[in-house]
Amino acid sequence: MPLPVPQPNIRVVTLKIDDQDLSAREDETIIEVCREHKIPVPSLCYLDGLSVWGGCRLCVVEIAGQGRLSAACSTRVAEGMHVHTNTERLQRYRRTIIEMLFAERNHVCSVCVSNGHCELQALGQSCGVDHVRVPYRQTPYPVDSSHESFRLDHNRCILCTRCVRVCDEIEGAHTWDVMGRGSDCLVITDLALPWGESETCTSCGKCVQVCPTGALVKQGTSVGEMVKDQHFLPILARRRHAR
Amino acid sequence: MSTTTTSTANRITVATTWLDGCSGCHMSFLDMDERLVDLAQQIDIVYSPLVDTKELPEQVDIGILEGSISSEDDLEKAKAFRKHCTLLISLGDCAVTGNVPAIRNHFKLSDVLDRAYRENVDLQPQIPTKSVPVLLTTVKPIHSEVEVDVFVPGCPPSADAIWYVLSELIAGRKPDPSQVTRFGA
Ligand code: SF4
Ligand code: SF4
Ligand code: SF4
Ligand code: FES
Repeated sequence: MPLPVPQPNIRVVTLKIDDQDLSAREDETIIEVCREHKIPVPSLCYLDGLSVWGGCRLCVVEIAGQGRLSAACSTRVAEGMHVHTNTERLQRYRRTIIEMLFAERNHVCSVCVSNGHCELQALGQSCGVDHVRVPYRQTPYPVDSSHESFRLDHNRCILCTRCVRVCDEIEGAHTWDVMGRGSDCLVITDLALPWGESETCTSCGKCVQVCPTGALVKQGTSVGEMVKDQHFLPILARRRHAR
Repeated sequence: MSTTTTSTANRITVATTWLDGCSGCHMSFLDMDERLVDLAQQIDIVYSPLVDTKELPEQVDIGILEGSISSEDDLEKAKAFRKHCTLLISLGDCAVTGNVPAIRNHFKLSDVLDRAYRENVDLQPQIPTKSVPVLLTTVKPIHSEVEVDVFVPGCPPSADAIWYVLSELIAGRKPDPSQVTRFGA
């Protein structure tokens, strides 16, 4: 595969992230630059290789001179920009977002197939969430075990839409979509048919691998056994864009 | 531990008990092995399922609660610990999140009782009413009923995590348990 040729008319900008002076291509987002320079920015819906969703707001950063916070995954860099990624205010917001994710549906890490391999659980720990201050909603959600290889547990879903995007953008099947609003919002297969009855699903398993939590898992996995592998994604995504 | 010969005057007093848990967090405490000997030089366990005392003393420095609040008895114990302990620790996921005991919140309490005491019983199925604490409708983490000062998640938290938290407290520092443990650890 030939190496992608750099676009001649894309300019380079200089900016400051925390206390580092950096340069970046003007078409890059803040989170991409942070990842390149190993500056940790928490994220859940963002995934390298998929389109940007900007829904979880965990990646919020402060930009000097702007009162409102910006999502690092959906904000382009600009000349002279000064970004703060880890202020006390940001830490407080991120903590609250994670606590609300835990309180909204039902997460019982100790008996979850994704225990120890879950992005939500890991972010909870790295952001210092050692308890949840808002009351748990205690509302049960359905589980769809109709697919012969995979299972969907809405109790663990954080509505990041990674499954929707990978199935549409990389596999090209568009089996997944989103239905309903607020706490009734659910990811669905085909037109809300049981997954096992879907006519579009190719059973490729990409959705399972990109799902950050124990919402999409392989059948037959027990506590802590569901380890995900997302290495395929940037490779396939680059090949698709190179075409 | 109160049997050691060292002077007990300056030692930090500790009370522990289990609410709706499996006692696993207490077992993890005992897993500190030889470090328990060091600990015994610095703390006095004045009330606990691990010792004989029957009454919670009037004033205790550190209270440690395992398990969620699932019955009237759990709630009373949690309130008593809050009242008598200067610093209260929620130890383990059941105490911190509700964890496995809280899974029953998705069912009606009467169905849960039926399942346990009627459906699966061959001889004289009946729901106990005497000598057992009345169950609450909703299983809750401890901090939803009484204020908690330190949260140590984990199912159970490792002996190392418990050791870290207690050592920090004994040294007069506020521990940051997220450095050593997490939900489900
Ligand atoms: S999905 Fe993650 S956070 Fe939720 S219960 Fe499972 S391990 Fe815990
Ligand atoms: S298995 Fe593949 S085709 Fe089926 S829903 Fe998941 S990503 Fe789409
Ligand atoms: S099923 Fe998984 S990937 Fe899909 S929206 Fe829910 S958490 Fe995200
Ligand atoms: S990662 Fe940026 S909004 Fe989700």
